[in-house]
Order: sequence, then C-alpha cells, then structure tokens
Amino acid sequence: MSSVAGLTRATLAKDLRLEWRSKDAINSMLFFSLLVVVIFSFSFDPTAEESRRIAGGLVWVAFLFAAVVAFNQTWAREMRNQVLDAYRVSPAPPNALFLAKVIGNFIFVTVLQALMTPLFIVFYNLRALGPAYQLPIVAALGTWALVVNGTFFAAMSLRTRSREIMLPLLLFPISIPALLAMVEATGAILTGEFSARFWIVLLAAYDVVFTIASLFLFDLVLQAE
Amino acid sequence: MLPAVIVTDVVKQFGRFAALRGVTAEFAPSRLYAILGDNGAGKTTLLRALAGLTPPTRGSISMLGTTDLRSVCSQLGYMAHPSLLYDEMSGMENLRYFARLYEISDRGQNNEDRCADVIRAVKLDPSLTRPVGQYSQGMRQRMSLARALLNDPKILLLDEPFSNVDVRSAREMVSLLIRLRDAGKTIFVVTHQASLLDGAADEFVWMEAGQIISRTPDLQHQESR
Repeated sequence: MSSVAGLTRATLAKDLRLEWRSKDAINSMLFFSLLVVVIFSFSFDPTAEESRRIAGGLVWVAFLFAAVVAFNQTWAREMRNQVLDAYRVSPAPPNALFLAKVIGNFIFVTVLQALMTPLFIVFYNLRALGPAYQLPIVAALGTWALVVNGTFFAAMSLRTRSREIMLPLLLFPISIPALLAMVEATGAILTGEFSARFWIVLLAAYDVVFTIASLFLFDLVLQAE
Repeated sequence: MLPAVIVTDVVKQFGRFAALRGVTAEFAPSRLYAILGDNGAGKTTLLRALAGLTPPTRGSISMLGTTDLRSVCSQLGYMAHPSLLYDEMSGMENLRYFARLYEISDRGQNNEDRCADVIRAVKLDPSLTRPVGQYSQGMRQRMSLARALLNDPKILLLDEPFSNVDVRSAREMVSLLIRLRDAGKTIFVVTHQASLLDGAADEFVWMEAGQIISRTPDLQHQESR
C-alpha cells in the first residue's frame, strides 16, 4: 500500500511538473471555458431568476467539455516517445499510475473551476439562495465523477485511431447520471427551492462505484495492445 | 547451466498477419545475442514479446525460470526504438522518476547515485539540465540506454540501440555491452548494424518472415551461406 502511495506521489509530481512546463492542458481548458462563458452570455440575456435555474447545466457542461481536453492531454503525453511502455515493463502497480492521473486531472479541473467561477458569477449575476456551503461539496464530488471516468475512458481510447472522437462517445453517456446529479444539486442550491441532499448522496455513490470499478479494470486497459 | 530465456513455439498474430510464426529457441545466460533480419522479419515483435509488452497469441516464453513475465520484470531492462523518455524533463529528472518505479532506493542504493552512475556509464553528463527534447538523437539513444540499465537488470532487451548514433559513440556502447555481458547479463540486441557487434556478440540470430532461420557464431558464417 505504501508502495502504491509513494508511486502515486512520484507520478503525480512528474505530471504536475510536465504540465507546469508545457501548460498544454490548462491553457486549452481555460480558453475553451472562457469562450463558452462569453458566447453563452451573448446568446442569452436571462434575468437573475432564470440564471439561477440554468446556471447548473451551463457551468457543468462547460467544465465537462473543457475537461475532455485535459483527459486527452494526460495520456497523449505518455504516448509521446512511447513512455507508457517504460511504465508497463516496470514492476510499478498500474493503480498508482491511474490514481496519479486522476488526482492530477482533479487538480487541473479544480484550478479551472477556481478561475472560471468568478466569471460565471459576474456574467450571469449569480447568487445562491440555498445553502451555499454545499456548493464546494457538489463541485468536489462532481469533478471527481467526471475525472475518474474521463481518465479511465481516455486511457481506453488511447490506442484507437480517432481518440479525440472516441473519448466523448464513451464518456458522455456514462456520465449522464453524474451530470444530472451535479446539475440538479447546483440548481437546488442556487434557487433554494428544494434540497440538494438526494443528489449529493447519489453523486457520492456514483463516485465510489466508478472509482472502485476503474481501479479494478485499469490493469486490463493498461496491458491491452 | 539453465537457459536464461526459453521461447517455445511462439506465434504472434496481428489480425491476419503473423509477425511471429512458431519461434522456438533457448538462450543461455551471460551471453550477447545479436538479432538480425530484414524489416518485417519479426525482430522487434520478438523483443516486445520477451519484454512482456506483446503477449504471444500462442506458445510460451520462460524467463529466468518462470513463464510469469510480470514477476521478473524488475530483472529486465528494455530499450525501444523510441526513447521512452519525457522530452520536457532533463535526463536526470527522467531517471529519478524511473528509479522510483523500480524502487531502487529500497534495494539499498541511493536513487541519485544510481542515476548519476548509469548516465556516466553511457558517457553523458548527469548535471546536464536541458530537457531531453533538446538532446541530439545520439544523446537521446544513450540516455535511453541509461534508463534501461537503471534497475541493474539480469536481461537486457535493446531495440536498435545504435541507430542515429555516431560511430565512436556506438563503439563505446558496444564496449559497455561487452562489460555488462562479462558481468553476467544476458543481452539481446536487435540491430541493422550487425558489423558493430562483429567480434562482440556471442551469437547472431537470423530472422526471416517471423521465424528464426539460423544461429551463427559470427557474421561471416551466415553471409557465406
């Protein structure tokens, strides 16, 4: 177990260093999200009340689309010079690689959210009428749900010819329950019309199930030709 | 003396194409084998099968007394045609990361010392801070060899180690391989530059159309056939 934790830390540190130097993922994600915020703000002219109702969907769809860029990047960097083969021939456990990638992507998407949320608030004039303390919980659980599945399916589509297309095709359908929970929970908190509790529990259960399933199956994905 | 590697009737199919067609061979320990043949002869596929990266469609591979190649992967060193290195990191940073994967420090050796030792062994400077992506092709090849040597493997699998390396550096690499062989390592070198290994390799293994067609003690022996 200590070996998995140590190797996860080492791989995460390596990934953060590579991202810090190249800024491939974070720049693309930021640019994409910024475009979504600006285009949507020009397309709609909602009242404050309407904004609170649609903001959940808008925010999470923007983050989902932007995160896909990071998911692809995280594995593309392992395919350059076939570095992934160096990991495959080593005695390091596959789970350490997967966990490091998931945590790395979680950090990237969280940074994106921290930078973009103030813009969403300003552009859509948002204010939570429900319990605002639940928003970070929904954000963390929702981001984890996107990131676990996204990282897993990005690894799965790694060796396919059109992986940029394949990833959304695999990821979006399986993310629907999580996305629904995120949107509903965020909407509930912003409007204060109903409790977000059920959706938060659903999101937590989704996270547990998909994290365990991904950890079990990742070895097969990594060793696949 | 027990063979270090036993390959029994190994077949590798890629769809309808058979890259290996019933390869059977035994390889003694502490010897340097040059694997030769035209493009498409199956040399790289055989090497990848030995590394555990390309599982055979049929047949078995036994290494160091076991067919469970995963259990002996810490005893293997693998150098592929691509560098298996991260372009954005320096040589030392790359090796530090891979040293963690092999948990070199748990074997009672300091990671830093080991990384510096293998870099010096391939005649590079451990204090070089520029990223591997800015190395010349020859330097990258040598750093890739250093990575393969990092875990002090009993079996070394080298795919085209001399390609794009100048003659002097290639001769230095051959001298290093001879020293490693004399120190008890079993070495497989896939190469198109067979003359570099003339007088150094213990055996030349000739492949054609996915099969081993002959094994000769020197180059002239095969060429005169």
